[in-house]
Amino acid sequence: MSIAAQVLAQLDGAETKAAAAAEGAGFAYGLAAIGPGIGIGYLVGQAVQAMARQPESAGQVQTTMFLGVAFTEALALIGFVVFILLKFA
Amino acid sequence: MSHVTGAPDANPLAQRLEGPAPVMEIAKDLVRRGLLVAPVAIVIGAAIWGTAGAASVAYGLVIVLANFLLAAALLSWAGRISFAAMGGAAMFGFLLRLGLIFLAVLIIKDQDWVEMLPLGLTLITMHLVLLFWEMRYVSATLAHPGLKPTPRLPIHHAADNEPQGAS
Repeated sequence: MSIAAQVLAQLDGAETKAAAAAEGAGFAYGLAAIGPGIGIGYLVGQAVQAMARQPESAGQVQTTMFLGVAFTEALALIGFVVFILLKFA
Repeated sequence: MSHVTGAPDANPLAQRLEGPAPVMEIAKDLVRRGLLVAPVAIVIGAAIWGTAGAASVAYGLVIVLANFLLAAALLSWAGRISFAAMGGAAMFGFLLRLGLIFLAVLIIKDQDWVEMLPLGLTLITMHLVLLFWEMRYVSATLAHPGLKPTPRLPIHHAADNEPQGAS
């Protein structure tokens, strides 16, 4: 039996519920950050490639990249808000 | 207007942006619009959750606006070093800013003036509302890489109204 399972076996109902909430909150935040992380990585990679190919449009691409990063980050913020509501509210 | 410097025949990723950064222009405009919306959002927070709601909405707005400013500052700062540095700043800046937002919430979570629900809702809604609102004013063209230019009023010179040959 793993250490986590042994610890869980010693907890009563309320403590188990709190532990499950903490676990769920951590998963929500972590999983919600993966998608935007991949999205931002792809977006920035393509933007830098575009700037390197066409340096004269670098300002334009930087603007588009900034907005794209901000929109993608909204997904991570949603996960973060779920985390704080599960953990702190 | 920003322009690119660096030897084009060398590593293209080593080139850099110089001049005023269009992203800072957009971030400052986002903050200006955020400050315009702030009273309405705070009043709504106060109406639903009371004083704690108003304070939480205000705190959430500060986080959102600071997040935009920090993202733009990081991008424009790294863009002056090289394109490659800008890519790194965008990706690691994402982690840094998520960490800072987490820290900002962690610091105040036990305060009695904080309500988590309005704080969370403000973080999501204001972020999206401000971005969609800003999209209406972004030009992103070669001539105007940042915001759309404001229309200028025609300038009337006094000399134009004088009859020819008067002077």
